[in-house]
Amino acid sequence: MLLIDCPYCGPRAEIEFAYGGEAHIARPAADVSEVEWSAFLYLRDNTKGVLAERWRHSHGCGRFFNALRDTRTDQFHAFYEIGTPRPDMGGAV
Amino acid sequence: MQKFSAFSLARQAVGRHLGWRPQWRSVAPKPSYDIIIVGGGGHGLGAAYYLAKQHGLRNIAVVERGWLAGGNTARNTTIIRSNYLFEQSSSYYEHALKLWEGLSEELNYNVMFSQRGCLMVAHTVHDVQVFKRHVYANRLNGIDNEWLTPEETKAFCPPLNISPNIRYPVLGAALQRRAGTARHDAVAWGFARAASDLGVDIIENCEVTGIDRDPSGKVTGVQTTRGPIRAGKLGVSAAGHSSVVLAMAGIRLPLQVNPLQALVSEPVKPAFPCVVMSNTIHAYISQSDKGEMVIGAGTDSYVSYTQRGGLHIPAHTLEAICELVPDFRRLRMLRSWGGITDNTPDRSPITAKTSVPGLYVNCGWGTGGFKATPGAANLFAWTIARDEPHPINAPFTIERFRDGTLIDEAAAAAVAH
Repeated sequence: MLLIDCPYCGPRAEIEFAYGGEAHIARPAADVSEVEWSAFLYLRDNTKGVLAERWRHSHGCGRFFNALRDTRTDQFHAFYEIGTPRPDMGGAV
Repeated sequence: MQKFSAFSLARQAVGRHLGWRPQWRSVAPKPSYDIIIVGGGGHGLGAAYYLAKQHGLRNIAVVERGWLAGGNTARNTTIIRSNYLFEQSSSYYEHALKLWEGLSEELNYNVMFSQRGCLMVAHTVHDVQVFKRHVYANRLNGIDNEWLTPEETKAFCPPLNISPNIRYPVLGAALQRRAGTARHDAVAWGFARAASDLGVDIIENCEVTGIDRDPSGKVTGVQTTRGPIRAGKLGVSAAGHSSVVLAMAGIRLPLQVNPLQALVSEPVKPAFPCVVMSNTIHAYISQSDKGEMVIGAGTDSYVSYTQRGGLHIPAHTLEAICELVPDFRRLRMLRSWGGITDNTPDRSPITAKTSVPGLYVNCGWGTGGFKATPGAANLFAWTIARDEPHPINAPFTIERFRDGTLIDEAAAAAVAH
């Protein structure tokens, strides 16, 4: 089980959280093409490496936040608030 | 190829079993092939076999990053059934089931296909309605499926607890009698042996690191850890690594990978006569011919390539099984493991041409690809050989997500399937 460090509540067990999928996806304008709209709906980065993703502390504070996690090892590298840019790990990951 | 039969077994026994030869040739890659299949699991080996057997092609290689059938072919719970809701799905899985029924003879290899029946147990009013709808839809499509009352369910599978006093009581079950299990390794080995006999080169420990294309964009070959290999056509059947391989040709697939775990108990005498699935409480169980209870757990929620997951996922499944089959409470678990499942948004597979000429993909089988092995292999071979899909796999394109023509088994099954 993953140990997830909620930016608001501190480290808690994974069973308190719901996964929110890839982070930093902006909803496109209503007049985009079919291809762009289907990409927004269905295409997600399936990264083998460091992935920016959303979690929600659904059995805690209820808030969404973002995390950087390496999908090869499941190791977390950063936790950060929604609305802030993806942290630059300085080439460390 | 040495034929397997009672006679050959007796003859080898007289020779103290010293006369058996390797079942397939181990070869180094040639500089060039007409067709390369990426991925040496059941689907990839089967595709190579059908390309050689049904389409008369000979200059074929299967390249595999690790060892044969070490991925999801070795990691699933071997449930085979075809009782899917939608016509497109049920005809694909039924095509596979029909091939399973003759596969041991076809390959001269005992894949231990056992049609012991599969019960899908209903625990809620919603389950009952959904499964009855499945039963009716299947029967309209000529696929066997029937509804059993709790008492009939108990008669078919006596270890089940049908007491009304458990948290999720058994309200009935849908039974597909032609469903069952097979031996996963034998399927891969049987296809490898038969394909190798038809001249297919099977190359292990050969990871694809790049896809070569000419200025028009057409595939011309692959870069591998064992050097470059030229190819006229490339078929990718790489399960959890399909996104990684297709990205080498600039294609983004509608896939996300999740760990899926399974576990087996210590072996016991025959105690469980069929396959039992419960989507609602997430329990999938059957008994292998070795005697182990083979148990499938749920998927972990997050994207991961680690081939392992959280312990709370199998624990949840075991709690459900202990209530559904109280006799198993004292069974000890021997081993648990995970695989990487490649899931599409509608939980239906992709067996199709891609936008790159000469590049074909068979992926998105998610948590249920083993049952489709001969069918997917057969139709993928057709698609590669003829450069167009067979009518059965024609709906299973990448473009269905753009066009809105989903085959929404995710909604039909409500869980991974």
